[in-house]
Amino acid sequence: MEVPLLKQGPYLIASVQAALSDADLLVMRKALVEQVVKRRSQGVIVDVTSVDVVDSFATRMLRDIAHMIRLRGAETVIVGIQPDVAFAMVQLGLKLEGVATALDLEEGLAYLNERTRVAQ
Amino acid sequence: MVAAMESFQVPIGSDSDILVARAQGRALAARLGFPSSDLALVATTISELARNILSYAGTGEVAVQRIGDGHQTGILVIARDKGPGIPDIHQALKDGYSTSGGLGLGLPGVRRLVDEFEIVSEVGRGTTVTVKKWKR
Repeated sequence: MEVPLLKQGPYLIASVQAALSDADLLVMRKALVEQVVKRRSQGVIVDVTSVDVVDSFATRMLRDIAHMIRLRGAETVIVGIQPDVAFAMVQLGLKLEGVATALDLEEGLAYLNERTRVAQ
Repeated sequence: MVAAMESFQVPIGSDSDILVARAQGRALAARLGFPSSDLALVATTISELARNILSYAGTGEVAVQRIGDGHQTGILVIARDKGPGIPDIHQALKDGYSTSGGLGLGLPGVRRLVDEFEIVSEVGRGTTVTVKKWKR
């Protein structure tokens, strides 16, 4: 299951449409970092609206993605974490410390616009 | 074939098996009428238990079934492996403990997701984690 990466202006959007295996998550992490370099993207949105489980491995991958992309000087925002998923993550003790999150795609874009404007 | 719909077993041997186990667990919980807010808890529990099998033992099995005690209905998840076992279970149940270089959440985290939690482990023989989640 490959995650489509869409280019939207200076940003890349990874829209996760189905449950991802660990291997799929590793592929997505690699592809995102590569594409941010190739396209000189200023920001990345990972949309997990359709994701029904975020376990320890998925959390680690999301954190890795955000941190790797920050090292490239770009911003990452995770959008669309469902309430039930958030509840399970907190119960399990999973944290997305240092990673920006937003309600949905629109809020995510607004966040990136603000962040990249500040940086300019 | 009611019985077949109320239980299943998934052999765990690769990362894609984790997806199969948690999707089937979620579907079973939904069929049993668990509130939708609990489906993510059931699926996440199965995901973490299957992940532990893969990380620590390499292979094993996740078995899930409907349970009832006359008053309530629930789901029973048994995750078993014939891996190295856990030398110090008390230590393994403390927050922050991990031997696979993971996040150190594993078992204590799973324990918080469920209503009942039991672990039996023997060094050199393997580990069995049994959890129950009751329908609210």
